[in-house]
Amino acid sequence: MADFITLRSDEPAQEPVVTLESFGDQSNATAVRIEPGEDARELLPFLGRIALVEVNFPAYTDGRGYSAARILREAGYTGELRAVGDVLVDQISHMRRCGFDSFKPNAPLDDADVEAAFARWPDVYQKTVDDRRPIWAKRHEEA
Amino acid sequence: MYQYDTYDQAMVDARVEEFRDQVKRRLEGKMTEEQFRPLRLMNGLYLQLHAYMLRVAVPYGTLSARQMRMLGHIARKYDKGYGHFTTRQNIQYNWIKLSDAPDILADLASVEMHAIQTSGNCIRNISADQYAGVAADEAADPRPWAELLRQWSSFHPEFTYLPRKFKICVIASPEDRAAMRLHDIGLELVKKDGVVGARVFVGGGMGRTPMVAPEVNPFVTEDELISYVEACLRVYNRYGRRDNKYKARIKILVHELGVEEYRRQVAEEFAHMKTLGLNPPREELARIAEHFADPAYETGLSDDLDRSDPDFALWVDRNVAQHKQAGYAIVNISLKPIGGIPGDASAEQIELMADLAERYSLDELRVTHAQNIVLPYVKKAELYALWQALEANGLGEPNLDLVTDIIACPGLDYCSLANARSIPVAQKIAQRLASNGKDAEIGELKLKISGCINACGHHHAGHIGILGVDRKGTENYQLLLGGSGAEDCSLGTITGPGFDENGIVDAVEKATDLYLAQRTEGERFLDTYRRLGMAPFKEAIYG
Amino acid sequence: MKILTANDLATGDVVWWAGDGWSRLLVEAIDTGDKGEEIGKHEEIARHVVAAYVVDGEMTADGPRPAHIKERIRGLGPTVRPDLTLKPEASDLTQWVI
Ligand code: HEM
Ligand code: SF4
Repeated sequence: MADFITLRSDEPAQEPVVTLESFGDQSNATAVRIEPGEDARELLPFLGRIALVEVNFPAYTDGRGYSAARILREAGYTGELRAVGDVLVDQISHMRRCGFDSFKPNAPLDDADVEAAFARWPDVYQKTVDDRRPIWAKRHEEA
Repeated sequence: MYQYDTYDQAMVDARVEEFRDQVKRRLEGKMTEEQFRPLRLMNGLYLQLHAYMLRVAVPYGTLSARQMRMLGHIARKYDKGYGHFTTRQNIQYNWIKLSDAPDILADLASVEMHAIQTSGNCIRNISADQYAGVAADEAADPRPWAELLRQWSSFHPEFTYLPRKFKICVIASPEDRAAMRLHDIGLELVKKDGVVGARVFVGGGMGRTPMVAPEVNPFVTEDELISYVEACLRVYNRYGRRDNKYKARIKILVHELGVEEYRRQVAEEFAHMKTLGLNPPREELARIAEHFADPAYETGLSDDLDRSDPDFALWVDRNVAQHKQAGYAIVNISLKPIGGIPGDASAEQIELMADLAERYSLDELRVTHAQNIVLPYVKKAELYALWQALEANGLGEPNLDLVTDIIACPGLDYCSLANARSIPVAQKIAQRLASNGKDAEIGELKLKISGCINACGHHHAGHIGILGVDRKGTENYQLLLGGSGAEDCSLGTITGPGFDENGIVDAVEKATDLYLAQRTEGERFLDTYRRLGMAPFKEAIYG
Repeated sequence: MKILTANDLATGDVVWWAGDGWSRLLVEAIDTGDKGEEIGKHEEIARHVVAAYVVDGEMTADGPRPAHIKERIRGLGPTVRPDLTLKPEASDLTQWVI
């Protein structure tokens, strides 16, 4: 069972996270946590100094964190992007497609289930912020 | 018709395996019902009043004969020998075992079908005009656009946990046969200077706060369709309300922001999104469109019909629509026999319709939002033989768009959310107005019944709508007049106090009697209502 | 009386708590008193059933009768398909339900 999963090769960031609200005033903070109702775009001016963004999922049914993650990656953020909270094995492959590269679930996940979840989709239909080529691109590169 | 390539098939197969695994984990106790529920819902599996219910997607309502036959097979093998075609162009089975569900999905996958995203707060099955590709009045074929959207929306990682369900509809004719503006996003394909693009309407819907979608963008081309729609969804995913599920649909967001502000936010997001390379190349829409190319129509066919059999002639006048190709016709098979259950078909009937599609309609069928079936490619010379086969199997009811062609949700006979039964009301109204011949006299009248405020039976959009409510533990029915789901889209108005089951049948008859007495030449019920207003109808019903 | 109902986890069948287990027949339902919720929870955890809930009802000459029409239809089956109800032979189903 795993209570922390990372897809990154570097060490997980250890810095204490601060709230988005206080992040703006703390010029030395490098780790921040976003809640569902908060605007990830407020972080865009600071991406260069951020090592970790935690996106909280108080309930897995609240999908705002997926947009937050994608927005950060679309803006070029390369640091650790961690999904925390009610993170279940059935969501992690979607989370990965939106740019999350580490996971800290409330309840530990079964390693085999995690592996199966990441391996589930042979291909994908959409271009997002992971590096997977969508099916439409593959179709036309073959032709 | 679209045919899966190995990519599409692999995706659907993967989904079957995923769900097989999830069902196993549920039955083994590795998952609680709370965790499992949204997963089964994303595979169309509800828990209803009597059993599990499976909703199978019929993408944009189009089916091959082989697929239709599989729907019959599932009804026979896994259910109690019938299925229910719905207003979302899907089919529902009412008596499914959880332990069978993975096998059913595997059977469906063997004919390129699935139940993916037929429930849950995700992008649902895309609906479309049932006459797509054969209507004389369309600007372009909506099916390739719908298929492009189907693929894009399948397993979309960002939009799987939206505030609420999300329904998209594509049409391409000025005549709206699919209630396009009552969808979360409605697309109407139009041609401008020879280029096809979509008018985009956002924020329609029914339920407890019905709204007609306003236009958000007058013209989005194929090159930007996906990024534009994605921008519409992202604004909704981020800012749609999540504090109250009755205010969570996009219609509320658009309404609360105002369409100007919503449009502005989408434009801003779109400006960013179109830089991300999200749109498939034109070759992809072209590849899909090839699957929907016109069949090799026979030319030189006659448009003449032998109308000497009056029953046949009546059916042709009522149920057969104009085809774009000379010598061909579009046939509507009514699933509304007088006194029957609207939208239900037995396994035998489903299989028969599959056979008839193979023999007479180039292998293809459509499901309509009015819960009927369409055979889109019938030669006029073969209409008589087709009609005889339908007639012999209880599928020849000549009542398309008449007051007996009722849309009705399952209501309290099947649905655990219901306040009142819908089906018995539909049966009684049809029987009453058919037995005294008024149905024929009245002509077009769209009557729609929902068993509760969720409006699965489109009651807001009925020329006459009926809504089941709970009045101190007994079934009660409210009457609405003046709705329309067509191009003259409008929402019905409640007449006044509700009725019991017999009372609502009387009230409907009184409203139609007033219409018959007051109509002018060529006026439909709806037109007369719009001209006269509510007052005289109220008087006739309650006076 | 308090009647406990649920769906069989694997088959989805509507079931009623009959004292020593579940029955598909409403006539076999017993009065669960104030124990209904607890039995329901326990049975859900044991993965026998799903969506257990308690409803009010009264004991009549024909057996237990749920107070609300929804559970009466649940006990009987769809009124528009008498052939699929648990009393296919009865002719006046609708009267019983209302
Ligand atoms: C029997 C199981 C069903 C359940 C539990 C169910 C549930 C619901 C709910 C909760 C809503 C309201 C959603 C909202 O406004 O946010 C809804 C809307 C709707 N359902 Fe169903 N439904 C069922 C069956 C059907 C059937 C059989 C049809 C077609 C005949 C259907 C078609 C629709 C449509 C068209 C809407 C309106 C969508 C809108 O508000 O824009 N549903 N359903
Ligand atoms: S309108 Fe209400 S009663 Fe009818 S199917 Fe929808 S949720 Fe059930």
